[in-house]
Amino acid sequence: MDSHDPHDTPHDAGVSRRGFLTSVSTGAIGVVSAAHLAASTANEAPPDMTAADGQRAVTITVNGEARRLSVEPRWSLLFVLRERLGLTATKTSCERGECGACTVLIDGETRYACMTLAVEADGHAVTTLEGLMQGEALGPVQRAFAEEDGLQCGFCTPGQIMAVEGLLQKTPAPTIDEVREGVSGNLCRCGTYAHIFKAAQRAAELKGARS
Amino acid sequence: MICNDVALEGVELEAALAEALNTPTGTADIPAWTDTKVVGQRLPKIDAYERVSGTAVYPSDITLPGMLHAAVLRCPHGHARVKKLDASRAAKMPGVRAVLTPESPGADIPWYPGEKGYVSRLLDTHCRFAGDEIAAVAADTPYQAFDAVRAIVVEYEVLPNVVGLDAALAPNAPAVLDGPTNRAGDPRAQGRGDVAAGFAAAEVTVEGTYSTGTQLHVPIELHGAVVRWDGPKLVAWDSLQGVFPAQNTYARALALPLSNVRVIGHYMGGGFGSKLDTGKYGVIAALLAKQAARPVRLFMTREDTMRAIGNRPAVRMTVKLGAKKDGTLTAIDFSCTGSGGAYSAGGTGGVNWLPLDLYRCPNVNTVSTNVYIHAGPERPFRGPGHPQGAWALEQAMDTLAAKLGMDPVALRLKNVPDISQGRQDQARYTSTGLATCLTEGAKTFGWTEARARVPQAGPVRRGVGVAAGMWRGGGGSPPATIIVRLVADGTASVNMGASDIGNGTKTWAAMIVAEELGVPVDRIGIEHADTATTQYTGASGGSKTVPTEAPAIRAAAIEVKRQLLALAAADLKVDATALSIADGAVFVTADPSKRIVIRQFRPLAQRGVLVGVGVRGPDTHGMAVNPWGVHFAEVEVDTRTGLVRIQRYLAAQDSGKVMNRLTYDNQVIGAITMGQGLALTEDRIMDAAHTGRVLNANMHDYKVPTALDAVVAPVIVAVDPKDTTCNIAATKGLGEPATIPAAAAIANAVAHALGVRVVDAPISPQRVLDALAAPRTPAKGVRS
Repeated sequence: MDSHDPHDTPHDAGVSRRGFLTSVSTGAIGVVSAAHLAASTANEAPPDMTAADGQRAVTITVNGEARRLSVEPRWSLLFVLRERLGLTATKTSCERGECGACTVLIDGETRYACMTLAVEADGHAVTTLEGLMQGEALGPVQRAFAEEDGLQCGFCTPGQIMAVEGLLQKTPAPTIDEVREGVSGNLCRCGTYAHIFKAAQRAAELKGARS
Repeated sequence: MICNDVALEGVELEAALAEALNTPTGTADIPAWTDTKVVGQRLPKIDAYERVSGTAVYPSDITLPGMLHAAVLRCPHGHARVKKLDASRAAKMPGVRAVLTPESPGADIPWYPGEKGYVSRLLDTHCRFAGDEIAAVAADTPYQAFDAVRAIVVEYEVLPNVVGLDAALAPNAPAVLDGPTNRAGDPRAQGRGDVAAGFAAAEVTVEGTYSTGTQLHVPIELHGAVVRWDGPKLVAWDSLQGVFPAQNTYARALALPLSNVRVIGHYMGGGFGSKLDTGKYGVIAALLAKQAARPVRLFMTREDTMRAIGNRPAVRMTVKLGAKKDGTLTAIDFSCTGSGGAYSAGGTGGVNWLPLDLYRCPNVNTVSTNVYIHAGPERPFRGPGHPQGAWALEQAMDTLAAKLGMDPVALRLKNVPDISQGRQDQARYTSTGLATCLTEGAKTFGWTEARARVPQAGPVRRGVGVAAGMWRGGGGSPPATIIVRLVADGTASVNMGASDIGNGTKTWAAMIVAEELGVPVDRIGIEHADTATTQYTGASGGSKTVPTEAPAIRAAAIEVKRQLLALAAADLKVDATALSIADGAVFVTADPSKRIVIRQFRPLAQRGVLVGVGVRGPDTHGMAVNPWGVHFAEVEVDTRTGLVRIQRYLAAQDSGKVMNRLTYDNQVIGAITMGQGLALTEDRIMDAAHTGRVLNANMHDYKVPTALDAVVAPVIVAVDPKDTTCNIAATKGLGEPATIPAAAAIANAVAHALGVRVVDAPISPQRVLDALAAPRTPAKGVRS
């Protein structure tokens, strides 16, 4: 079950061993160079993950800028982006890798920021929705979502846009099935999928027209 | 929770209000729209930039100086009493600034109204479902808050729980509330005519049992709020569909005057009925913030939202229909049983409306039975009760059509009503687009051809299905008060209390002003959803936002226009009736060379502003305003795996005048997706045998439709009956009617494909295989 569930182990003051192992192992899968990270985690994991002073220095390149941060080993990349760097476009929703609202690019790969520990992102390049802006101008995928009304409430939209951005970087002219697959890890409860598909195809056109 | 939509009612009260305000009601003297130039176009949302750039600040994005993060301890048992609670260790943990337990001041605020007063408290030691709130903590980081919640030591007396309908009604079942039985009141009977005589007159009858699963709202933004005290004044940024109902709730719970409660809801990440009002979370946050003298952010976890803050109740239904050989209905007998959980008696709210009102039938009997169980309370969910009722009624109509040898569309066309038989006054509908939706929808879908196509041989079978629906609400009503301002440079703004829940409210508000004042849409500002700066209106729910706000916005814009034309008439020395407005200028209609460019108009510049107030007037007395819809689905069913795929889909909707065709289509697309979830995948599973917990309170095991499930390009047919009677904007609600027939249309398509009917939702692969294994005795509703 959920490692954040406060009721799972009501008599246990710390993070449960099961919860700790879940977050580390799934987190390690969540970034590109898993082997490197798994090794560093195994060597350096402190015995008490809840200690407030057990912070580690990391450098994460966020939207092209190297950010040096002191983080608790258990902090998710999502938490650090939103609460330490003020980048709130990346949304919090399920915090267990199910909905895609926190989708970012890590070294060009679409990843869930909730399933990536900040320490795992150390030394990697993270792109958030804010990073797709060209100054105040919308990037092509953002423009396509606006034009095609590929959103309703807009809360899953940053994740959808990042998923499409990640897709188009690898597959510049996707088929409709590639588009559906590309955003299949991003839930839209408003159910706007048909417009999201249109927006993705329009985004491919806009990107193509640009290059 | 209660939706406080209806504060003012009745023609006389409205007239008195209009007189008191010394302002036109706006709806009495203005002719309804027929043709419009701006309204009805396809326009991207005016706040699309904010939503796609990430600059839109949602309540969960709010960060305030010194803000703390809160976490809530909830009961892990289906039914328990807290014997002992020790939060002393939690209170001393790093970063912890406030702890709230059932003993804390304010924790005994009465909560959940029952038949004889409130039945629970904000934090209660008697927990009646797994997820009931017990304690809360605020700390510097969310991690510290969750650590501290885990450190609260609770000794529970675990009590027997009951989460199944039959089990709850059995003798000696554990009592959920303190009544003699878990039945919430007597079964409620509603109907008309003589059902026995109706069946005696019938030449054909069909009877069946149907059920739906419990559907969860699952908005992508969690339920929660950021709250701050400024001394005695509370400010809350709350993820809501309406700020004014929440202002009432905060004020009641915390014994504050309304003027000391400000609720702001500029953006929100989905609600679907579950966010019509704040919840315990908001008041808990306020109490923690008071204790810590710091702002607090409290957002529920995903798991907690899925067990504690609303659902569309599972319902078991039986339907018996009687008809003449030509398809004329003679009798409908309908019964339903459902549960609103531990604290709500509304398990079957709205379920019987379609049997009562959708088809012309002189003899109807409905019986609704509500049951308490140890589960989280329901909240309104997109057309409450209606999709469940449609699931049963519309499948029964298909069975009847088959028995009569009639086409399902033809059978429905045979029984189209023109008066609302479910209403006591038998009011005539201002418009009934049902017949047009059936005929236009069938034509565009290619229904006759598709239906006649022989399902192909082989393991994958194709079928098409149709279902109709209407929504009991969707007419809108007072109150709504709108302010439109025209300022010196000829641009305008709209001030409205309504929340924009994602379907483009701000955009069509601007389009209405553009229509009346000739100001471009991108020169119209919107101020909305803030109890301190905008005017009272109900929550954006019940598909009432367009039909409630649009007439008032139009009336306010027309009042501004009247003032502008009066000023221009004096300046041009003509009568105001001789003037027109277009493209930022006022001109003499007969001689357009005599014109005033509004942004250069000195009298306007000197005044600085023209202000028009529009008040939503009452609807035409004695008439019923309802939106309608008919859906057509084509599915493929793999008989080896039981998997259903929707290949083609068409929705024909009569919601009156279209405000913005782009966002209209989008809203219908979303409604189809949500109905698809109800039909095929969504089902809250509870541990009935043991713990009473929700077993799939996450987005992996509870399956909302994904991009791989959704129909790629649904076809939307907008039927406009040109209803100039319903209101001056000639429009009706859309969001709910568009989801009501969806699940039933899919079920009927599956039945057409298989030749056997799956009567229980969701139509899981297992149920398809079970139905195929026993084709002569389709599974009865056995949901417990």
